[in-house]
Amino acid sequence: MSRLVLTMLALMLSSSVAFADTIKIGVVGPFSGPAALQGRNFQAGIDAWLAVNGNTIDDDTIEIVYRDLPAADPSQSAALTQELIVSEGVQYLGGYYYTPDALAAAPILEEGNVPMVVFNAATSALVNASPFVVRTSFTTWQTSTPMAAVARERGIDKIITVVSDYGPGVDAENAFVTGFTAAGGQIVESLRMPMNTNDFSPIMQRIKDSGAEAVFAFLPAGPATLGFVQAYVENGLKDAGVQLLAPGDLAQEPDLAALGDNALGLLTTFHYAVSHDSPENAAFVKAATTAIGNAEQLSFPAVGAYDGMYVISKMIEATGGKQDAATAVEAVKGLSWISPRGPVSINPENRHITQNIYLREVAFEDGEYINKEIQTFENQGDPGWKAP
Amino acid sequence: MPTILSIAADALAYGMVLFVISIGLSVTMGLMKVVNLAHGAFAMIGGYIASYVTQQMGLPFGVAILAAVLGTVLIAIPLERFLYRRIYGARDLTQVLMTIGITFVIIGVANFVMGPSLKTIALPSELQAPVDLGFRTIAAHKLFAVAVGVVVAGALWFIIERTPFGVRLRASVDDAAMAGALGVKTKWVYAVSFALAIGLAALGGVVGAQLLPIEPYYAMHYMVTFLVVVSVGGAGSITGALVAALLLGAVQTTGRYLMPEYGEFFFYLAVIAIVCVFPNGLMGRFK
Repeated sequence: MSRLVLTMLALMLSSSVAFADTIKIGVVGPFSGPAALQGRNFQAGIDAWLAVNGNTIDDDTIEIVYRDLPAADPSQSAALTQELIVSEGVQYLGGYYYTPDALAAAPILEEGNVPMVVFNAATSALVNASPFVVRTSFTTWQTSTPMAAVARERGIDKIITVVSDYGPGVDAENAFVTGFTAAGGQIVESLRMPMNTNDFSPIMQRIKDSGAEAVFAFLPAGPATLGFVQAYVENGLKDAGVQLLAPGDLAQEPDLAALGDNALGLLTTFHYAVSHDSPENAAFVKAATTAIGNAEQLSFPAVGAYDGMYVISKMIEATGGKQDAATAVEAVKGLSWISPRGPVSINPENRHITQNIYLREVAFEDGEYINKEIQTFENQGDPGWKAP
Repeated sequence: MPTILSIAADALAYGMVLFVISIGLSVTMGLMKVVNLAHGAFAMIGGYIASYVTQQMGLPFGVAILAAVLGTVLIAIPLERFLYRRIYGARDLTQVLMTIGITFVIIGVANFVMGPSLKTIALPSELQAPVDLGFRTIAAHKLFAVAVGVVVAGALWFIIERTPFGVRLRASVDDAAMAGALGVKTKWVYAVSFALAIGLAALGGVVGAQLLPIEPYYAMHYMVTFLVVVSVGGAGSITGALVAALLLGAVQTTGRYLMPEYGEFFFYLAVIAIVCVFPNGLMGRFK
């Protein structure tokens, strides 16, 4: 009899010990390939969060399991996500650089009882793909819309839009055109460039010929933005006073040194600048720079990952370490906090992040090129989101 | 009219950049019969070296060009000795597999050494300034690219057609065994032509860096474009490569100006049309 009691006691003890679990978080992102820099920024954001907050929540230890997805590849994304849930037993998912990858993984969430926190993918409809998707990045609509107001405030009446011909580019065009025409401006022309365009002189000539006072442009952060801004300067548009307006992808910090003086005065609207002046950001930049190893490589996906980790930590607190996606997501609806980018909150209706959008001007200060914030649009939601 | 002239100016510059990078590939494919898919990777190495020399070391652009060409050739010599020499005369598939493998290795190493972000080459102020052509302004580095293209075409034609080395090269290509029996050191001839082709790739990488920016996946991004120029021009033909590069540059630039949303459509349409009419390229040799 006493042996039975002892056995039961031992079982109870061991099971109570098991409550202090290791909680695994699966992160899918481009850690190699053309977008490896953005993947490194995911990692830097996560490492920075762990460095500041430690890797335990209550009694539970957090473990990050990375999976590399070098290029946008929905089927591979679904396979990696499934593997993370089934074989690795992750309780939370994070990362996802490209929208198609996040969309492909979304249907698995309910079945796997796992919430997904999107660190970067920026298409409005993504949050509708599953009730378990929470986003800490931004949307192209969110970052592009305020630029229409900026253009009008600066007395610009006629504008030409030039965007890369794919989802986010079309979103940027729609967002800007909607905002600008509503404010009484006129769009003289809308051009869509193929993704692999590398010689932008013909585009610049078109802009010149259109007679527009300014150009609104969207290109994804990467090699093409350099050629675009260079062509803008070399074809005399900057000298002619045709203002270049764009969301911040065109002026992400790691590219500024390469753009050099050509980028000076470039106006962009975005949710985060590495130069953002706040104690939260100073702490974040310090930790993230240590994590990434080179201050010049720090870019916006890092802050999406950092805030994503905060959201996941709140989910873990709310569920006491148990796997319960519905409770976890419910707990972060309406959550508000001070992020390195400023005050933010999770919209309870669509689980997308509400945040300030800043107007920034590229400036040269203390020996480096920075995005200097000169105007704030507070508490911007996602104007592109439509209820399903 | 100004619009047409303006398109023509852009087309000429773009075409010349394509020519300078592709001509080296044309030499390896036409004269040496090696399908060298790693050609773009060597252009990328040249670009990285030039970027390092101008940005990190602060040396002038001229030094950067020299360093890029010599440095890339130095890197390529052991590759030629230990890897390429095994695939001379091998089946196309073997060559493709070997060279694409080399491409991936170079991409990996370049990423590791230089980092995953975009690199630029600091140009001297004379090349940065816009030049007024009367009907429009154009960046001086584009005119420089045109000049380099003209010099490269002339020099190559002279070397291959008019020098003793050119005679030995053509002999080695036509019948290596016979050329060897007549005292031509064929291995040496191949090594020198390979180095020449690689040097041209590096030069093209540097001169074209303003239009085709140096980034980690450069070698993969532009591989198809370079191959297309060579196949349309006819492998091994300098005039062919020049005409093809200018023609395709013109088609692409005009398409981009008039109908940017169609993208590469007109480029590939032109390629299909030309290859249908001239299966060996515009000026293919060595049938």
